[in-house]
Amino acid sequence: MSSSKMDKKLGKIKERLIEIVGTENVDDTTSGRLVYSYDATPNFQALPDFVVSPRTAEEVAAILKLCTETSTPVYTRGSGTNLCADTCPLKGGVVLLMKHLNKILELDKENLTITVQPGTITKEITDRVEKEDLFYPPDPSSMKISTIGGNLAENSGGLRGLKYGVTKDYAMALQVALPNGELIRTGGKLTKDVAGYDLTHLFVGSEGTLGVITEATLKLIPKPETQKTILALYQDIEAAGRSVSAIIANKMIPVTLEFLDQDTLKAVEDFAHIGLPTDAKAILLIVQDGPQEIVDRDIHKIAEICRAEQAVDVRLASSDEEAEELATARRSALSALARLKPTTILEDATVPRSEIATMVRAISDVAQKYNVRISTFGHAGDGNLHPTCLTDARDEEEMTRVEEAFAEIFEKAIELGGTLTGEHGVGVTKAPYLEWKLGKAGIEVMRGIKQSIDPKGIMNPGKVFAEHSKERLVSVK
Amino acid sequence: MMTSSAKDKIQKEFKEEMDYDELLNCMRCGFCLPSCPTYIETGHQEKYSPRGRIALMKGITDGVIEPDDDIAHSLDLCLGCRACEPVCPSGVHYGHLLESARTIIQRNKKEPIRVKMLRKGIFNELFPHQDRMEKVTSLIGFYQRSGLSKVARKVGFMNLFPESMATMEKVLPEVPKRSEMKQRPRFFEHEGEKKATVALFAGCLMDTMFFETNKATIKLLQKAGCDVAIPENQLCCGALHGHNGELEKSKEMAKQNIEAFEAVKADYIITNAGGCSAFLIEYDHLLKDDPEWAERAKNFARKLKDISAILVALDFQKTHRLCLPEQIITYQDSCHLRNVMKTFSEPRILLQSIEGVHFVEMEGADTCCGSAGDYNIVQPDMAMQILDHKMDKVEDTNAQTIVTANPGCLLEMKLGVERANKTGSVRAVHIADVLLEALVE
Repeated sequence: MSSSKMDKKLGKIKERLIEIVGTENVDDTTSGRLVYSYDATPNFQALPDFVVSPRTAEEVAAILKLCTETSTPVYTRGSGTNLCADTCPLKGGVVLLMKHLNKILELDKENLTITVQPGTITKEITDRVEKEDLFYPPDPSSMKISTIGGNLAENSGGLRGLKYGVTKDYAMALQVALPNGELIRTGGKLTKDVAGYDLTHLFVGSEGTLGVITEATLKLIPKPETQKTILALYQDIEAAGRSVSAIIANKMIPVTLEFLDQDTLKAVEDFAHIGLPTDAKAILLIVQDGPQEIVDRDIHKIAEICRAEQAVDVRLASSDEEAEELATARRSALSALARLKPTTILEDATVPRSEIATMVRAISDVAQKYNVRISTFGHAGDGNLHPTCLTDARDEEEMTRVEEAFAEIFEKAIELGGTLTGEHGVGVTKAPYLEWKLGKAGIEVMRGIKQSIDPKGIMNPGKVFAEHSKERLVSVK
Repeated sequence: MMTSSAKDKIQKEFKEEMDYDELLNCMRCGFCLPSCPTYIETGHQEKYSPRGRIALMKGITDGVIEPDDDIAHSLDLCLGCRACEPVCPSGVHYGHLLESARTIIQRNKKEPIRVKMLRKGIFNELFPHQDRMEKVTSLIGFYQRSGLSKVARKVGFMNLFPESMATMEKVLPEVPKRSEMKQRPRFFEHEGEKKATVALFAGCLMDTMFFETNKATIKLLQKAGCDVAIPENQLCCGALHGHNGELEKSKEMAKQNIEAFEAVKADYIITNAGGCSAFLIEYDHLLKDDPEWAERAKNFARKLKDISAILVALDFQKTHRLCLPEQIITYQDSCHLRNVMKTFSEPRILLQSIEGVHFVEMEGADTCCGSAGDYNIVQPDMAMQILDHKMDKVEDTNAQTIVTANPGCLLEMKLGVERANKTGSVRAVHIADVLLEALVE
């Protein structure tokens, strides 16, 4: 299309967007477009044509209908903390900003559910329900600013995944706007519901490629009575990995079982100043919750297991404040690592937890092989590691090695029965590798679903489905 | 409107002068967003957030976008409270980036002659000259004492000014006579056991409009066992200049202050204005590229302490009895004292050790009150919106006394009390004044 024709088309779309949401909710200024051109994924930036802020589900549906009609790409955005470039508007079009849809609609104490709009901040939900002695467990590190809509679209995990699962385990019902302009409701406040396909869990984790979640009902559970936190210190990284497997093998399921290596520890301590043991090669941060006597018994047993696996020291957090400080410090790990080098590239390859020690060793071998600096932290208890490469995007030669190193880490994870991504999503960054995990036939099933719901391909184009898949490095036996 | 030649120049100067490593250091995690008052107050608009502003600066530097008035406005609307810095895991020095960006834009701004002259007058001819500050302040004193202020209010003269300034005029403290300011000695001896020698950074506003608070500060230091010197030739810290894109002027002022304090052998340099102290403690950053001054600036910055920090360090609250009539007190942090000086527990320790005081922590005490230097004058709408929300939080505490640790915050809280029609039932005071009031001899 010639540029004047293009301008004319954009002008028309703008007029119609304004008809739907009003002038004040359509922004096409340079500054407005620039500040929604990125998310938390390094090296991705693209300017959208419009930033549109709908006020109701009906407005969302009308916008999608318009975009399908005009083949305009749509990227749904909460706070833009995404780590796989899912909120980056790679192909221009409309950034659909959920800032107005930010209300808690209902807290149902009889059915133990909360119904919220997608732009609600995750922490607002957890704070609100905890006031009623209820509990919403999923706690991604960005929970202070991430929106629940983003959590649902990415099926976010967090520090409590081991015992309590992830976002999908709490999604009971959704309202979704579809590309054809229809609004549908899925699921209900029901534990049992087998009427039809499970559409709720089709949209959860669909990374904005199918529709827009405009309302969600989440499951709540009673708040655990008490919790305790311990730190186990290691001089040998693999011993920490073995402890994780041993704890699980002993039939203990802690809430949180986090692993941090020395690089990560040092960076986090630099930020938080809470006296983390930076001389240890690795630590495990372990939390158990529940009734007092069970927590005491479990923590005692876990400490024993850690010692038996050569932990050099095991420390109990002396107060709730100290425990909270430790959890907050852990949540800052990724961003704190960013202070060491200009670019930090984070992945979240995940393996069955019995393979944690093997995976930790494999990551360090790969880092050595490609001569790149990789720090590792993560949710060791659920096998979800966060190998983070500290590099400089301006150094092209090194960036090539980084890419090769990650390809080999993905390969290794899959070989061990794991996956490319545990909780951050496929997005752009892992799309070329997705076939390694799903196979050609698996990808075709996904394409069929995508085609039937979003035939024009307007929903978050360029994500999940790769234009070119990567060749596998090693063939699987 | 920004002209296209100004745009080109700004873009070029961004490329040359912005600290690119610092821009890259922001990994865009968004952890700063919930701490940013303008992000919250504008209903979560990224362009008024630290991450958004850094992205705009980087966008100009990278040549992805051109500078324009919208972007200048986004930077202008920043309070500069720096609440984003302590919560930034990557340790981005946002304040430094903001200062550089504002300096470049200010340099290339086409302002009406009237505004230019006023800026020049205030920044170059008034603040850097303490004697002129005294004269101007005495004029205010004359205005207050002569009854002119009452006349002005009656005839509605103040209605000609923005509402915030008109209210501000009502809440200004009573200014001392110029002769009193002139006659104050330069040295005060410790009382009781001698514990330290300190030099007081008297400040331009603190030493004129808030002269009484400086007197209280000196008295407290003496009681705590300090010899107190007030070095001659010191002047305004230069923060207003630095924050408004007049960095060169602030460097000159920094040098004169460093020299003035080198003339006195002191263990600590004490301030009682959070806003000034945050600028003073970064003299080392301001002068880092000046070989003659870099080391001297470091020595200066190393000695700097806020009045509450030194009092707690010297166990003042343990060695002196503090007592007030029964009342609820709350404390509003000075953003710069908290986020840059990292002094926030000490004022609370001191207030909690006063008998008769029921200390109630205010929700959001760590967020800006809207004063932010001259922000309430240049961005009155946003400033008043922030202030009114702040006063709701004050009301939740049921406090009769709001304590602050910075002249700007103090005036702002007084303004808030006036706007909320609470004058008479709620008061705002500086921590030095309330401590002296509580001190049982």
